[in-house]
Amino acid sequence: MTADYVEWLRREGRIVIVGASLAGRRAAETLRAEGFAGELTLIGDEPYEPYDRPPLSKSVLLGMASPHHTELPHRREIDAKWRLGVAATGLDLTAKRVRLADGDEVEYDRLLIATGVRARPWPKEEEARLDGVCLLRTRDDAADLYRRLKAGPRRVFVIGAGFAGSEVASACREMGLPVTVAERAGAPLVGALGGVVGAVAADLQTENGVDLRTHVTVTALEGDPAGRVRAVHLSDESVVEADVVVVSLGSLRNTEWLDGSGLGAGPRGIACDAGCRAFDFRGIVTDDVFVAGDVARSPHALFGYQFLSLEHWGNAVAQAETAAHNMICHGVDRRPHLWMPAFWSSMFGVNIKSVGVPPMGEEIMITQGSLAERRFVGVYGYQGRIVAAVSFDNTRWLEFYQAQIERGAPFPVEFTTMDRRPENRQPLPAGFPDPSLPTHGPTVTLSGYSPADQQLVFHPARH
Amino acid sequence: MRLVVDLNKCQGYAQCAFLAPDVFALHGDESLIYNPRADDDQRERVARAVAACPVQAITADAVDRAAGVREASDDR
Repeated sequence: MTADYVEWLRREGRIVIVGASLAGRRAAETLRAEGFAGELTLIGDEPYEPYDRPPLSKSVLLGMASPHHTELPHRREIDAKWRLGVAATGLDLTAKRVRLADGDEVEYDRLLIATGVRARPWPKEEEARLDGVCLLRTRDDAADLYRRLKAGPRRVFVIGAGFAGSEVASACREMGLPVTVAERAGAPLVGALGGVVGAVAADLQTENGVDLRTHVTVTALEGDPAGRVRAVHLSDESVVEADVVVVSLGSLRNTEWLDGSGLGAGPRGIACDAGCRAFDFRGIVTDDVFVAGDVARSPHALFGYQFLSLEHWGNAVAQAETAAHNMICHGVDRRPHLWMPAFWSSMFGVNIKSVGVPPMGEEIMITQGSLAERRFVGVYGYQGRIVAAVSFDNTRWLEFYQAQIERGAPFPVEFTTMDRRPENRQPLPAGFPDPSLPTHGPTVTLSGYSPADQQLVFHPARH
Repeated sequence: MRLVVDLNKCQGYAQCAFLAPDVFALHGDESLIYNPRADDDQRERVARAVAACPVQAITADAVDRAAGVREASDDR
């Protein structure tokens, strides 16, 4: 009977994909490539066809690409109905219907949720509305920010020194603009890569002329009478005058539309099994709702079966392809999503890449090159095992370390390599901040079953 | 034509930057930046870059359609 259903679904079923970005597009292409001949609908809240985001903070700000032209290539025709510019607002699991903001409803036989994340806005709404206060997540954001930077502001202020914030600061310096970066933690990138690597990122910023302020929070944005932002007030009581403020405080998962649906969805994303099938709020797996991309959190065998939610480009691609495959095949033919986490960034001319899950690491060893040269590989260890590696301008080593992570190689790292320095034989504490005191928010969230999780208390900054 | 580079795969071999320098460039020693919307007159060069990439990191619009008939456009 089940076999018949799958055959029917492949032939004439209705598949709806909510989220028309990288994961949505790749899932649609995979469905068609694997023979899905039924009705396919893509729903997206932005009015644009799926576009790529990484160029928005790099090529676009460097003037090499237009913010209006980063659409993803079409690997094949997908013969889909597009519902663009209209957000999904609700889900009826029993009736198998998605509600849309325009009041319409779309019925499905199988649903893929790929609604991703959005930029976390500046929390004080009145200040967030000041002219010159920007976010950088969407194509419209990028077009707006690029226009403002080209206009030659006197100073740009970046709140949050995660990857996006640091990339913006880097672009500003290349454009010759004065830029100040404020970070609650002790260094840039600490949430993602820890304090040892963060210190290198800090040097990189200051040596390139960034006015980097750490261990501070922004307490207020001050506007002029015309409603334009004029100055930024910091917790150390200093005031910095700036006419562009980029809020780069990480992201929020787009799950609110699922409130009350009965799906296991919340601020950490939508829980799913390794086959990308969503859990309902009781922890029971659904068989007709699948999840992929930034909004998903799924268990990973290599990392203690903890649920990982990854805001990684490669994860969106891999998970979308796996989800699409699993949506239209029989149980025994399904594949687990066990993608090795990996991301990249580049700032101040340095290529930063990582494999594995650095924030899981307790210690780090520099196994190639040196921190001082800013050309190195750092390997992260957790309970005697390699769990991640990061490279600064040393990308070709990562494949080797990926294999080490996959086979659970021991940490501290034993081998000596041709580029290993004597001072690097001892592991150092990796220097990740206390997770109960979030910084800008790492792009990897471990949300496992540890009982300690229940004792985490979030203390928002006092303003 | 639209294109995207999987920068997880990219290892900075720079073949693309040699073959289509108006589309791909190295920024610093090994990070690649590129224009995701290449002009149509770059089609041949981009196709060569796609083929030459040692780690097959570049995806461009499907080229199995009759060249130049129309930019791949989904039914929307």
